Amino acid sequence: MTQARQRAYALRDHFVAQGAQAVEPPILQPADLLLDLYGEDIRARAYVTTDALRGEQMLRPDFTVPVVQMHMDTGAEPARYTYAGEVFRRQEDDPDRANEYLQVGYEVFDRTDPAAADAEVFALITDATQGLNLRAATGDIGILMAAVDGLDTSDRRKAALRRHIWRPRRFRALLDRFSGRSPVPETRAALLAGNAKTDAPLTGLRSQSEIDARINALHEDAAEPPLSKAQMDCLDALLNVRETLPFALAQMHDLCVDLPAIRAAVKRVDARAEALSARGIDVDALGFEASFGRTSMEYYDGFVFGLYAEGRPDLPPVASGGRYDALTRRLGAGQEIPAVGAVIRPGLLVELEGAP
Amino acid sequence: MIKLGVPSKGRLMEKTFQWFDKRGITLTRTGSDREYAGAVEGIDGVSLVLLSAGEVPRELAAGRIHLGVTGTDLIHEKLPLWEQQVEPMAEMGFGHADLIIAVPQAWTDVDLTDDLDAAAAAFRAAHGFRLRIATKYHRLVRDFLRDAGVADYALVDSQGATEGTVANETAEAIADITSSGETLRANHLKILSDGLILASQATLWRSRVADVSEDDRATLGHLLARLDAS
Repeated sequence: MTQARQRAYALRDHFVAQGAQAVEPPILQPADLLLDLYGEDIRARAYVTTDALRGEQMLRPDFTVPVVQMHMDTGAEPARYTYAGEVFRRQEDDPDRANEYLQVGYEVFDRTDPAAADAEVFALITDATQGLNLRAATGDIGILMAAVDGLDTSDRRKAALRRHIWRPRRFRALLDRFSGRSPVPETRAALLAGNAKTDAPLTGLRSQSEIDARINALHEDAAEPPLSKAQMDCLDALLNVRETLPFALAQMHDLCVDLPAIRAAVKRVDARAEALSARGIDVDALGFEASFGRTSMEYYDGFVFGLYAEGRPDLPPVASGGRYDALTRRLGAGQEIPAVGAVIRPGLLVELEGAP
Repeated sequence: MIKLGVPSKGRLMEKTFQWFDKRGITLTRTGSDREYAGAVEGIDGVSLVLLSAGEVPRELAAGRIHLGVTGTDLIHEKLPLWEQQVEPMAEMGFGHADLIIAVPQAWTDVDLTDDLDAAAAAFRAAHGFRLRIATKYHRLVRDFLRDAGVADYALVDSQGATEGTVANETAEAIADITSSGETLRANHLKILSDGLILASQATLWRSRVADVSEDDRATLGHLLARLDAS
């Protein structure tokens, strides 16, 4: 057994000793669920294979989705799970990144005290990676979501922004358009002026009523006043929060005056800071970035964190995790449960420990 | 011996032969019409390998041919990190084709990738599945749409007659190669204004990984000087 694998099983046993149940989801996962959740982006990251009987299968790109699925189907709550095994990621842009590596995870499904559950996961993971001089970065996707929900604009615009929280460039382009910072595209103006006619027959599945509905929506949107400069400034200030946790919290509390919609989300960060502190984490030294986690997988919707090896910017995070309540809703067929979890890469642990 | 890979049939082969002919190098197919053997005259130390244009990228990347003629589109689609494996030596001025995204002309509300994204979101909500885009250029299209920030779509594989997939209701939009746009118009499709993914043309590529002997190196230098001169 390789050192990394020994380390992986030791970590899993450690998590079992902490009260987690060991689970072992299959390596081959049905592709349709993952594709439905993540779209084409997952195809760029995961290996897809087929067989005539079961159709498209994916080599598991992570454990979270199958573990959530298993819990939503059969699990009693509260529940704590752990697992150790390979995940597979296509690497088309960087031949130096591993396309197969071990992950050990710890996932908590518990509705009693989300802040305590966040702190439990973070503390267990940092404890398991102790002595490696890792830098912790934390964030909270829920704050940005709350800020978008609190904007003084139409539900349609809010929905568009929420949909693109994980695509920062697109998100910025939408904000620029909604605030009038970027001009209306020429063809859009022509359409709104009623000058986009065609005598081509309609082909395909998308119906005339769908086209008309979108044109109506564009007319309504054109009548919508631009996002105010004050709100845009607040949002920019929020996106730029990057401090140690106490200072970040102070800045976000100040922003609550102008963005009252984020108050509940900021209070959740308060509660988490207390829970982390109670677990012995030095929150005064813990970094917090409001934009952290926006380019990761789409399922995190609250607390997010990553542990990075200092002086090794070439390495991916040694551990990462977060809260994914919405994913349990998507997979729960009417059920939902607050859930948070994280993974460690034992291969990187071994590599860093072996480094002089 | 320098191995030169050239498309084995059709206009692409004829145009390639003409292009080399103008530079004093005569390529010919030998034997019967069905036999993929060829000869090179006008330069020593070069042999002709006839193969499908779609196989040229793979053969270059494997180092089994030193030079090859194929479209930019196929190199970019089939070879990740293509710059590390092949080097473009000459754009040959024919085989022009654009890889584009097209939607039904009747979609008066869609002209930009931004519109496509919004239409895809509404389509998914209404139909319960992602808006389907038919293509054979999966990697190029996916990278392009990711950069453009388009979500809620799915690529469906189409290896031919791609323009027909919309009318057949197996896709809502397409991403394909077009030269004149005639087939698109005949199928009542239009190109998105910002939907140009890649402008492709026939190009002579050099493999960066193929083994070259001293003699080969001299031949290659001689050949490339001839090509540059004209």
